[in-house]
Amino acid sequence: MKNYYFNEEHELFRQGLRDFLNKEVVPNIEKWEEEQRIPKEIFKKFGDMGYLGLNYPEKYGGIDADFFYAVVFTEEISKVFSGGFMAAFAVQQFMSSPYLMKHGSDFLKEKYLTKAISGDAICSIAISEPNAGSDVANIRTTAVREGNYYIVNGSKTFITSGVYGDVLVTVVKTKPEEGFNGISLLVIDRDAEGVSATKLKKLGWHASDTAELSFDNVKVPVENLLGEENHGFFYLMDGLQLERLVGAIGGYAGSEAALDYSLQYMSEREAFGRPINKFQVLRHRVAQMSSEIESIKYFVYHCCRLHADGEYVVKECSMAKLLGTELSDKVMYQCLQFFGGYGYMEEYKMARMFRDSRIGTIGGGTSEIMREIIAKMVIDDKSYQKSTNTPIIKTKPTNGSMNGSSTTKNNTNNQINTTMSYESTFNTMKEKAESAQPLGSVLKLNFGENRIVIDGTNGSNQVSGEDIDANCTVDVSLDDFTSMLNGDLNPMGAFMSGKMKVKGDTGVALKLQTLFS
Amino acid sequence: MNNYYFTSEHQLFRKSLRDFLNREIVPHIDQWEEEGEIPKSAFKKLGDMGYYGLGFEESYGGMSTDIFYTMILVEELNKCNSAGTAASLLSHSTLALEHLSKNGSEFLKKNYLKPGISADLIGCLAISEPQAGSDVSNIQTKAEDNGDHYMINGSKTFITNGVKCDFYVAAVRTEEKGYDGISMMVIDRSDSGIKTSALKKLGWHASETAEISFDNVRVPKENLIGEINKGFYYIMEKFELERLILSTGALASAEYALEYGLQYLSERKAFNRSLNTFQELRHRVAQLSAELACLKAFNYQICDALQRKENVTKECAMSKLLCTEFMDKLSYQVLQFLGGYGYMEEYKAARIFRDSRIGTIGGGTSEIMREIIAKSIIG
Repeated sequence: MKNYYFNEEHELFRQGLRDFLNKEVVPNIEKWEEEQRIPKEIFKKFGDMGYLGLNYPEKYGGIDADFFYAVVFTEEISKVFSGGFMAAFAVQQFMSSPYLMKHGSDFLKEKYLTKAISGDAICSIAISEPNAGSDVANIRTTAVREGNYYIVNGSKTFITSGVYGDVLVTVVKTKPEEGFNGISLLVIDRDAEGVSATKLKKLGWHASDTAELSFDNVKVPVENLLGEENHGFFYLMDGLQLERLVGAIGGYAGSEAALDYSLQYMSEREAFGRPINKFQVLRHRVAQMSSEIESIKYFVYHCCRLHADGEYVVKECSMAKLLGTELSDKVMYQCLQFFGGYGYMEEYKMARMFRDSRIGTIGGGTSEIMREIIAKMVIDDKSYQKSTNTPIIKTKPTNGSMNGSSTTKNNTNNQINTTMSYESTFNTMKEKAESAQPLGSVLKLNFGENRIVIDGTNGSNQVSGEDIDANCTVDVSLDDFTSMLNGDLNPMGAFMSGKMKVKGDTGVALKLQTLFS
Repeated sequence: MNNYYFTSEHQLFRKSLRDFLNREIVPHIDQWEEEGEIPKSAFKKLGDMGYYGLGFEESYGGMSTDIFYTMILVEELNKCNSAGTAASLLSHSTLALEHLSKNGSEFLKKNYLKPGISADLIGCLAISEPQAGSDVSNIQTKAEDNGDHYMINGSKTFITNGVKCDFYVAAVRTEEKGYDGISMMVIDRSDSGIKTSALKKLGWHASETAEISFDNVRVPKENLIGEINKGFYYIMEKFELERLILSTGALASAEYALEYGLQYLSERKAFNRSLNTFQELRHRVAQLSAELACLKAFNYQICDALQRKENVTKECAMSKLLCTEFMDKLSYQVLQFLGGYGYMEEYKAARIFRDSRIGTIGGGTSEIMREIIAKSIIG
């Protein structure tokens, strides 16, 4: 049933992302959990791959892909057995930088959004305060206008990436006497004078850097205001829908990972002379959990489709967040039980998954707040309107190929930047391919009339222009391909935006990436 | 939010069906609940409107409609405040006629499917026996090959419409043992040697439920449905749709019950304010609404996949399991919302509660659903 939402390109993207995570992330998780932080270089690596700008315009370095790429991304980062890792990247792309995109001026987009997308800047969203969590209208951090600056005073807490991050999308009161009508969003540099941070110790999410921040007469230029003054609350409410969907995805995807991990264990572990996956009571528990996971997963997909179609689905997003995160707590508890004493040991992954899950029903609005919202809509017939903003979500096209609206412009740029002919492209490619790992199969790049064929079946990569049978054929324009060679166009992005069409064994095309690096 | 699955034609169909049910069915339900059965005339009214032909061949009076029309019929019938009525009226077509349409010969289609669609004849599916429920391969009712006819001996139980019906679509044993020895055949109610008695039940009062005994009943050879000894597979094949119908029915009942509960909460006052302003009750409503919305989306998705002929055996079992268990939970809570009135027959919650309880048993118990799911996941 998955193919209602995901086409072949999505699955290929998933595969590439998984390979990347297995190479760059999974082997380091334990170290990062120990060190209680994720190194900055890893954000940069994600940025280089285009993973941090999935739904952002190409103009700012984004990929401009449909929302279900973001769903794939969130699912996969939720399956590396570290909620803390997942949190940092979910915050980066789905909880903080969207405010820059939706409400930021050109200046702010240029200065901050491009860096968030390239992975040069780590972004945080600073909402909660010691005395105001879900009750956002009650925050006390003030921003008082003085000339061309706001002077910010107050404190924030539970801020993901707040100690080692770079950019704080900060919620402040510009009219302290007002409630939700006096709230604004300011972009504050983490290293601005007067900002200080204390690292918080937590039950779980150890890889995630969580800060208490204090703002002591911090001077913030007025151009760092996001959108309009005193509109912040509405921007937040709007942005929270995406945050909740991401929370819901994390909930079921993490549950799936835990259950798969447990099933593996249960097939190997024996008790009373048989594998424990033969015991009926455990089997039925697995059946029950996997039913709940499936149902919630498909509900979340349904909500994601509504979201991607531009519907403002406050009720559904709240329901999804509530169900997805509570599911995760239940599944982690049960899966730990499957492991017996080993479930309690750090040698296995269940202990971490159990403690990492526990924040789900709290962050991004507690379960109680979700039920408040749902109750208001179901019982009191309250409805919520979308605040005006620039929509960043693209509807998924039915034919599965995506052509960004800015394609033409981009191509023009590329033509100006590059004067490469087929011959020089061929030579460059030959040079790169011959020094790279052999592909193990035949890859054909079709540029209309001309082509480059890389035959990597005989222990090295032989490059020719002959039209021989290939395991995989890639249709691409010479201009776009040249831009890829120059590093101006991300191959994964080109693929996702339909500039590159892949036929045959798509796994071979994935290796194309290795030729460019 | 439903428009990913329902077109404006579907909505129109739903509306006219709703009008029909409000006019012809709903006013009689309390009486039927009292009497313990639904008159054949009620079936005939649905037949005259064409509702029993949904999804069946046009050549026998049916309408080749998609699965969502069938689900609309299931949903609206389950919103009449009597799950027994829904079960009785639906089982004729979604259980008995389904087998004839899928595997029956021309002869059987002409003589039973066609009059079944017009509701001139009422059919019922007879599988369970006193000693074989979920364990279908263990049925004992014997069909002995006597040359030009079969001789049937045995008994069936928990058979919806089993007293009043005109024919049975029955599972019988044509070989000694196992699931490879089961066949499906039409047994005409008028044959001699058939005795029936109605069973008394906790709920589903409007639905007649029978115990049947077959004592040397002669069944003509042409009444065999499909091939001999293929009965088990025919039954298994139909389980997917049957389970989706049960889960759709449970969700529709849940929606109806929750709306009813909400209405009551808005009218009833305690400590000088409406019950629906108490946070504890509000959060319970929120939780139930969320689970209901989730299961609805999941269930529709599976209906769509079944229609596209995807293999959804596991998903159907999951949906049946979750939806019927959810309905038990919800009906318990809605009764609680009504306090003492919830326990009184004057209000609807009592019937909703007792009618729900069969959900996790009929059509394969929750335990059997978990067996199926576990097998498909673990092996």
